[in-house]
Amino acid sequence: MSCIRSLVAVSFLATVGFSTAVTAQEMISDTTARKQPLTTWGVQFEEFEYRYSDDDEELGVWNADAFYGTDDFKVRLLTTGEYEIEEQAYETLENQLVGQIPISKFFDAKAGVRFDTPEGPDRTYAVLGVAGLAPQWFEVDANLYVSNEGETSAELDAEYELLLTNYWILGATLDATVAFSEDREIGVGKGLVSTEAGLRLRYDLVDRAFSPYVGVVHERKYGDTADLAETGGGSTEDWFAVIGARIAF
Amino acid sequence: MKSRLGSVLLSLLMSTSVMAGEYDLTVDRVEIDTGDFVKEGIGYNGASPGPVMRFKEGETVKINVTNNLDEMTSIHWHGLILPFNQDGVPGISFPGIKPGETFTYEFPIQQAGTYWFHSHSGFQEPDGAYGAIVIEPEGREPFRYDREFVVQLTDKHPHSGDRIMRNLKMMPDYYNREQQTVGEFFSDVSKNGLMNTVRDRMAWGDMRMMKADVEDLQGFTGLINGKGPDQNWTGLFEPGERIRLRFINSSAMTYFDIRIPGLDMTVVQADGNNVQPVSVDEFRIGVAETYDVIVRPKDEQAYTIFAESMGRSGYARATLAPEEGMEAAVPQLREAARLTMADMGGMPGMDHGSMAGMDHGNMDMDSSEDMSGLEHSSMEGMDHSNMDGMDHSNMEAMDHSDMSGMDHGAMTMGKEDKSDPFYAKGSGLMPKAANGGKFLSYADLKAQDPLYEDREPTREIELRLTGNMERYTWSINGVKYEDADPIRLKYGERVRFKFVNETMMTHPMHLHGMWSILDVGADQWNPIKHTVSVQPGTTVYMETEVDAPGQWAFHCHLSYHAAAGMFRKVIVEGGPESTQAKADVIGEDGGEA
Repeated sequence: MSCIRSLVAVSFLATVGFSTAVTAQEMISDTTARKQPLTTWGVQFEEFEYRYSDDDEELGVWNADAFYGTDDFKVRLLTTGEYEIEEQAYETLENQLVGQIPISKFFDAKAGVRFDTPEGPDRTYAVLGVAGLAPQWFEVDANLYVSNEGETSAELDAEYELLLTNYWILGATLDATVAFSEDREIGVGKGLVSTEAGLRLRYDLVDRAFSPYVGVVHERKYGDTADLAETGGGSTEDWFAVIGARIAF
Repeated sequence: MKSRLGSVLLSLLMSTSVMAGEYDLTVDRVEIDTGDFVKEGIGYNGASPGPVMRFKEGETVKINVTNNLDEMTSIHWHGLILPFNQDGVPGISFPGIKPGETFTYEFPIQQAGTYWFHSHSGFQEPDGAYGAIVIEPEGREPFRYDREFVVQLTDKHPHSGDRIMRNLKMMPDYYNREQQTVGEFFSDVSKNGLMNTVRDRMAWGDMRMMKADVEDLQGFTGLINGKGPDQNWTGLFEPGERIRLRFINSSAMTYFDIRIPGLDMTVVQADGNNVQPVSVDEFRIGVAETYDVIVRPKDEQAYTIFAESMGRSGYARATLAPEEGMEAAVPQLREAARLTMADMGGMPGMDHGSMAGMDHGNMDMDSSEDMSGLEHSSMEGMDHSNMDGMDHSNMEAMDHSDMSGMDHGAMTMGKEDKSDPFYAKGSGLMPKAANGGKFLSYADLKAQDPLYEDREPTREIELRLTGNMERYTWSINGVKYEDADPIRLKYGERVRFKFVNETMMTHPMHLHGMWSILDVGADQWNPIKHTVSVQPGTTVYMETEVDAPGQWAFHCHLSYHAAAGMFRKVIVEGGPESTQAKADVIGEDGGEA
């Protein structure tokens, strides 16, 4: 009997010894990347295209953005340009640098600066905006600008995608600009300034990374802005045929 | 008394000296060829999947893991009960394994069955760092088989895990190619009428939710044991043999519906634990789950193992054949799955008025509780899924006094529609067998041999599974892991976890280190699992005997959901003295419970 007892004692000791050896390690706190906010980035050219107008005007156009950051804060660079091929000049060239934070389930607020450096006078703006997904799948981007000249304007961008198939996608865009005060130097009159509507049919060739498209774009200037354009010998309404690609990486 | 002590001594001897298996694993960059594409990935001992690790219950294993990568790695032994510092989660169990370093895992094997192992670092697991574990039991198994195969599934994607995560963050529908199109609109119009279709589209558009949001990650090739559909992994058999198939879903993101046309499958084990045998035509395997089934092909012919993804965007395929080179027909993929409003039942702010049957966990429990009034001996022979075929003469033998408490409404439900109580009523994900036969439900799983005495839980912890598809954020109780306090449990308690899925996606929840006793309403026969799937719009309960001190991971096993924040650390406080002191060292405050 005593023999058995000692065996039990040995086995008990062995168990205790074993578990001590295994568990007597300090519990660590998690400093791995998993415990850090997930940082991510992306670059997207929604438009990267050649435009040919009904006036035989040729433009190279892009509309792109790049972001870096977390769910809680992103830095976003937005860039838009229209390059007049014949005149070798930028009709428009806008670069925005904004910080972006979520304000609701589907919307973000943005604040930052915008630099316009086309052919002609430059402008710098303070930007305040909201961007997100509205009900019924409309991508919306609304911005308020105050220029270094003290003029204020607003811009609304909306986009809708119609899936003809899961690879053939028809994208509709509408962009409208309103000025609350005029800025003659850059040809902006008070009121509704201009609209740009586009319809592009794209095919997702390589994932969603490279999607060539064809489409039409209609640009129109209104009111005082149209008058200013006419005085300057420019057009107030243009139709363009476009060919290009949507690129993401 | 004497013999019992003797056996204690014997098992002690066996576990310490006689049975000590030593194994070596290297973590390597490997090439993965799916037949559709070739990519660089991560594997073990030069291949992905890694080797099948065969352990014996009762042995203590020593596994030397050498990291040949130029980044940190780790191995988590999925479903194994072991000391927490052997569990292989960097930042929770241990710091991880540095490049060039060899880490030796050492732990006793205290269980038997089919399990798997994988890296818990970054996206190494989706990149290929996984393998199978088969543990031979000490005693006899309650079922016979002549042959066994591991059937390990994965969803191999041409993109790396990092790239996939980034793309999903940039565009949450980046990989979704099953979205509703104009064509589907018109076919719905002809089926349901214009107004109904428009109303339906408007309702979903108003929520900014997609009916097609079933699989975040499409464009993968389903692999079985590392082989793509065209490479057709083949297991050889002699007609008449009983074959045990050990299904393991090692996918990053994909649930598979598995069938073998022409063969009945008898499910005998789930997540490594034996269950009372259930004969099925098809079953759904959640990410990280395992199911062992026994099939008995009698004919000299080939059979296709067909594993169709839940959203029907892809499949894996293998063959059982009497001879190499034989193959059977490969079925077509069924129509893409579409969520319904029922799957949105868990969404806060929704009109719950029409969702009477919302708390499905409860619903199921109530009906089976009533059923438990029946004598179990007579119950066993009854096939509940197929009540039509029930022999009424057997009913006579049942104690009618107990019958009075039986919920006949619930009985008819089981008879009429074969709806699975673990899905929202009317869910678009409701599984249906391709041949119209029996589809396995969690409700069919009954433990063969309960591990624990059934007792009342000491408390309940509610975990709402939350997220935002448009931002691709995933969280628990609305809080991502990065912002979350650990969940604190006390050694010795029995916690009842209440999962409320408020998202439109299915989440396979995996608690490390301790068993998840899934409440299927079978009380002491509730199945013992390591991964519990929670379907959209449902509430699921599981109970855990808190019997493992230390700290553990608890997360959704969809790789990109876990990485986006649907993850928690669980701290078990107290326990055997040696561990208790250390629990206080942790410098974290608070806790969810």
